[in-house]
Amino acid sequence: MTTDTPVFVGPPTRQISPWAWAHKNLFSNWLNTLLTIVSVLILGWVVIGLSTWIFSQAQWAVIRDNFRLFLVGRYPVQALWRVWASLGLIVAMGGISWGILARNIRLLDRRGLLLLGILAATVVIVLALLTDPRSIALSLGMLVLLVVLAFVGQRLGQAYPPLGTWLPLGWLVGFLIAYALVRGLIGGGQPVKLDDLSGLLLTLLTAIVSIVVSFPFGVLLALGRRSELPVVRWLSIAYIELVRGLPLVTILFAAQLLVPLVLPTGIRPERVMRAIVGLTLFSAAYLAENVRGGLQSVPRGQVEAAKALGLNPVLNTSLIVLPQALKAVIPTIVGQFISLFKDTSLLAIVGLTELLGMGQSILANPQYIGKNAEVYAFIGLIYWICCYAMSIASQRLEKQLGVTHR
Amino acid sequence: MDEQKIPLWRDDRFIKLAVQVLLVVAVVVVIAILANNVSVNFRRLGLNFGFSFLNNPASFGIGDTAIPYSPTDAFGKALLVGLINTLRVIVVGIILATLLGIVVGVARLSENWLVRQIATVYVEIFRNTPLLLQLFLIYTAGFLQLPPIEQALQLPGSTILSNQGLYLIWPIGSLRTGLSLAVLIGGATLGIVLWQRRLRVMELEGASGNGYQKALIGIGIVSLLALLLGLEWRTPQFENGTVTGGLHLSAEFGALLFGLVLYTAAFIAEAVRAGIQSVSQGQWEASRALGLHSSLAMRLVVFPQALRVMIPPLTSEFLNLAKNSSLAAGIAYSDFFQIAFTINNQTGRVLEVVLLIMITYLTINLLISLGMNWFNQRVQLKER
Repeated sequence: MTTDTPVFVGPPTRQISPWAWAHKNLFSNWLNTLLTIVSVLILGWVVIGLSTWIFSQAQWAVIRDNFRLFLVGRYPVQALWRVWASLGLIVAMGGISWGILARNIRLLDRRGLLLLGILAATVVIVLALLTDPRSIALSLGMLVLLVVLAFVGQRLGQAYPPLGTWLPLGWLVGFLIAYALVRGLIGGGQPVKLDDLSGLLLTLLTAIVSIVVSFPFGVLLALGRRSELPVVRWLSIAYIELVRGLPLVTILFAAQLLVPLVLPTGIRPERVMRAIVGLTLFSAAYLAENVRGGLQSVPRGQVEAAKALGLNPVLNTSLIVLPQALKAVIPTIVGQFISLFKDTSLLAIVGLTELLGMGQSILANPQYIGKNAEVYAFIGLIYWICCYAMSIASQRLEKQLGVTHR
Repeated sequence: MDEQKIPLWRDDRFIKLAVQVLLVVAVVVVIAILANNVSVNFRRLGLNFGFSFLNNPASFGIGDTAIPYSPTDAFGKALLVGLINTLRVIVVGIILATLLGIVVGVARLSENWLVRQIATVYVEIFRNTPLLLQLFLIYTAGFLQLPPIEQALQLPGSTILSNQGLYLIWPIGSLRTGLSLAVLIGGATLGIVLWQRRLRVMELEGASGNGYQKALIGIGIVSLLALLLGLEWRTPQFENGTVTGGLHLSAEFGALLFGLVLYTAAFIAEAVRAGIQSVSQGQWEASRALGLHSSLAMRLVVFPQALRVMIPPLTSEFLNLAKNSSLAAGIAYSDFFQIAFTINNQTGRVLEVVLLIMITYLTINLLISLGMNWFNQRVQLKER
């Protein structure tokens, strides 16, 4: 007896004319029509106003003249290769991880290819206006590196699937190397002092170091908050709620002024180090709440089964509960990183020249007085691109990890 | 049968106790070391701990004062002015951000494609850039670029807008204003009570409710009179380089409020959208089957259910707004943090100032949480 494979036919795709689409989405009734007209008027006003400003009124020379200051601040020019090298390292890590995570799907569909093309074109156009040909070539090289390594990573991932488990460790090592490169601790030459870093470089460095350092504390606090030992639980709750009840700027202010006071006489950490301490203390409390969400999502049965197998509490937590919990909260942690990345802008208030502070110090230059709109719009664009890209990446990651299906 | 004794280091009860005791000892030791360092450093710097400096004259001016204040007043008074400024921004900000957030959140689910796109772009722009940057942009490139007071913009409703801020029409503040305000509040309370009673009578007894309706109209007329005539509105007048009368909102207040509202509304919009989407499609279909059109279905059926889901994220957004109001320090609005910062610079009393700031913000946050928890309990489903 033969069985025919049933042929599944999807619902027919209805082609609708542009006119029907407009009728359905824009002019279905009088209220809708009114809304459309009002929106078009507002949109027209905003777009015309903005484009007049961008193309004829704004003076973008301030951006072109200070482009390097925005990105790497007052980093020694002859040591800039260190920044490029660490950027290359991170791009390479990104490419390989992308490939490994996406090992079972096509890397670049038509939409991805289109996005990549737009990205490359934007990079060329923007950089052509702002910087020298060598930097353009290097930036494009980074893009090529990303895509090539993504394909390499895909092959590697297909040949050896467990590689995905090692990615977090790989990233940690990668960051350590990148950090040492930027600080000049490896590769010869003069080390760069922490306080001499500024611009986007400082923003990225403080955000990344804070989230990485706060991660173990956050996990411990989350475990502590769910502990059955009352002292551990209450101490964790007290810390988490205290920090979450305070504005970040207060914590940064306290870190700048109190850290020298609570340390033995004579030890004065660098300002950037104090800022990182503040950001880490802050971020640990929020991370703990995120991880706690993940811990709660692990079914009780897992813990009970592990107990039945004879695992002691420490092994139970580290081998059974945490791996499942942490996998579930990766997207939330990315979200927290995005908000920490934005929050580093508060360092400008306590007097550090990260990206926003650099903007302020450029505006304080008599030559560029009154160019606030141009400078802040440019900084806003950098932040927006970084945050938006990260949130898109996090959504894709969420899909690929299949977290939502649990 | 003699029971084998469990060794102490494998006894679960002992381990648990030991871990806790060790932790307490560790925390106490760390705190003691830090406290000792603080006292050594205090002695070295010739500082002593105490709050008596709050009675010393502040000797700095404050741009925005809601209560009378002069530089000869004490530091404590200056902090009070700052606290009132902070609370002013938080209360007005929460109300406006909620309204804007709900509008944008609903717009993100609009049937109209264009409205949906505009709302999405707004949310994505404001959520993905830092608030401090938005404040700088709004303050330095927005409010400070307005024309000077001599060429101020005259907006409808006798509003004057200049780079010194906004002048609004405002009641004069006499006894008559106070009395009218009391009439208005009383009228509103009575009106709500009568309205609810009218609905109940109409629903339960099938009565016409005409008597209640007449009473409500009467209250409405009295309130309208009190509002228009009793409050004694005073329009701002521009004379010899200064504006007299009316309510003055400084450019710094305006920029901070504007920035906080726009930023928080983007987050509230997302909470509202998630809340509405969490209401099942069947509710929409059922209300359409009952003959409600979409705005009524939203208002009467979907939104009240969405509210239950929305309140926890809304609470955390309100708390964020309260905490973010401390970014006033970036644009020189004299809020609590900014004034405490100034006092620290003048007196060098780091520890006391940090403690005061922490206690203040923790208290504000606690009050908001308590209020929202109370509201949350009221709207939750009452199951057996």
